[in-house]
Amino acid sequence: MSEVAAANDVMVTVSNVSKRFKVRETETSSADDSGMMTALDDVSLEVKTGEFLSLLGPSGCGKTTLLRLVAGLLEADGGEIQVAGTPVYEPRKDACMVFQDFGLLPWRTVLDNICFPLEIDGVSKSEREGVAEQYLELVGLQGFEGHFPHELSGGMQQRVGIARALMRKPILLLMDEPFGALDAQTREQLQEDFLEIWQSLKTTVLFVTHSIDESLVVSDRVVVFTARPGKIKKIIVSPVAGDRMASDDVRSNPEFVSARAEIRSMLRSER
Amino acid sequence: MAVTEKTVTPAISRSGEPATISDYFKARPNMIRVVAVIAFFIFWEFAGREGNELFMSYPSAIIVAAWIITADGTLIEAFSASMIPFAIGMVISIVGGIAFGVVMARVWLFEYIVDPYVNALYAIPRLALVPLITLIAGLQVGGKVTIIVSIAIFPIIINTYAGMKDVRGNLLEIGQAFCANERQIFFKIVLPYAIPFIMAGIRLAVGLAIIGMVVAELFTAVTGLGGLIVRYANAFATDRLFVPIVLVAIMGVLITQTVQFIEYRLSKWRVLERQRRDQ
Repeated sequence: MSEVAAANDVMVTVSNVSKRFKVRETETSSADDSGMMTALDDVSLEVKTGEFLSLLGPSGCGKTTLLRLVAGLLEADGGEIQVAGTPVYEPRKDACMVFQDFGLLPWRTVLDNICFPLEIDGVSKSEREGVAEQYLELVGLQGFEGHFPHELSGGMQQRVGIARALMRKPILLLMDEPFGALDAQTREQLQEDFLEIWQSLKTTVLFVTHSIDESLVVSDRVVVFTARPGKIKKIIVSPVAGDRMASDDVRSNPEFVSARAEIRSMLRSER
Repeated sequence: MAVTEKTVTPAISRSGEPATISDYFKARPNMIRVVAVIAFFIFWEFAGREGNELFMSYPSAIIVAAWIITADGTLIEAFSASMIPFAIGMVISIVGGIAFGVVMARVWLFEYIVDPYVNALYAIPRLALVPLITLIAGLQVGGKVTIIVSIAIFPIIINTYAGMKDVRGNLLEIGQAFCANERQIFFKIVLPYAIPFIMAGIRLAVGLAIIGMVVAELFTAVTGLGGLIVRYANAFATDRLFVPIVLVAIMGVLITQTVQFIEYRLSKWRVLERQRRDQ
């Protein structure tokens, strides 16, 4: 575990949070008598400052719902969520989101996409473009300022998404299966590059994924969810968190292999 | 107009012989087109000279007629008499159509109230309203503008409305996630997204506005290019009759091409995004 994560202060507190959705008539199997489906049932969780925490589970387990609740894009039906000590009711400027489908505006160039958050904040054009230049370099996209999203590969588009999310120097990064839409090789490259960025910035990260390997490679702790209704099954400390940067093949580390087997059997018992 | 020229591939017939003459011409569509147009004009010229000059004219006579009515100022006067209401009508249609479409898409009460009227007016042939409009708004610029707007505004209203309703939820969520306010979401996400739709509506409106302009002048028959058409037809001046017709055709092509060019520039992201998704 990194030294920052070892510190005691807490960035995100999730206390007894529940969330229910109205179910469409076509999928009533998962609904209860009142036609509602429970996505999250009495979930409590803490993310430490500087920590890289993954939410892992099968699709439909409520992990993305929890992320969206923390982001302030959804409202909980019960319980409370706090970010940096204040309850979340709406999106915060210092908690920025990286989307699964990259979430870029297709009519904007790379530079204008990255500048979007500071444009919202009313920062002057020259100033925000100066900041953008710095993050373009950080994600390795110098020279692509004038390109449009459709001219870039998926991996490069998500680099734009990451740079945009960093523009406000957030205290919390919310990542919704950010590498889920990428092919295996691009995905590993982006994991590595993003870890490097994270190490240099020391931002707290809440990361949603359905890949066991990815969760163990990138994060300090992995929160394993059960399927519906979404509850936390177990929180596992990644055995390779300490040397995820050092070794280029943590995936063959015996501790990694046994942790992966443990999570896999946990998820299998869910079915 | 973008005509995609096929690359000339050496067509080999079944027996292994080299390309035939028909293969050679098949690969050169523009050559055939140009030859066809020239052939048409030559045929017209000679057939026209044989026919009755009261009913049919021919290219060389039309060019001479064009020169005469340009030199005496008739054509230019008629042209500006047409273009002024056309320009005013287009501006009103674009500004009013976009504003109407935006309000319709964003204010549900307004949408519910005007929806039946927009659909009903769009469905009936608006040319049927021309006599009524001239009755109310007169034969001059005001009447012409009213006719043009009544025809041209609808595709702009409908496309603006459709474009704004089409914005996907995940695009709006980007705005929400980055704490954009309602105004910012509208100007930075919804409106840019709708622009390709709006431009397509404007392109349709231009074609309709030209029809509206000529029809308005045919009815009123006093001024403009449409007025010239009626006047020369009544005088059996067939050679002159063709001049305003050709001018309207050229104008229509030029304006539509210009709008199409702007539309392409503003909608390029959409086309390319779709191509990429289809790959």
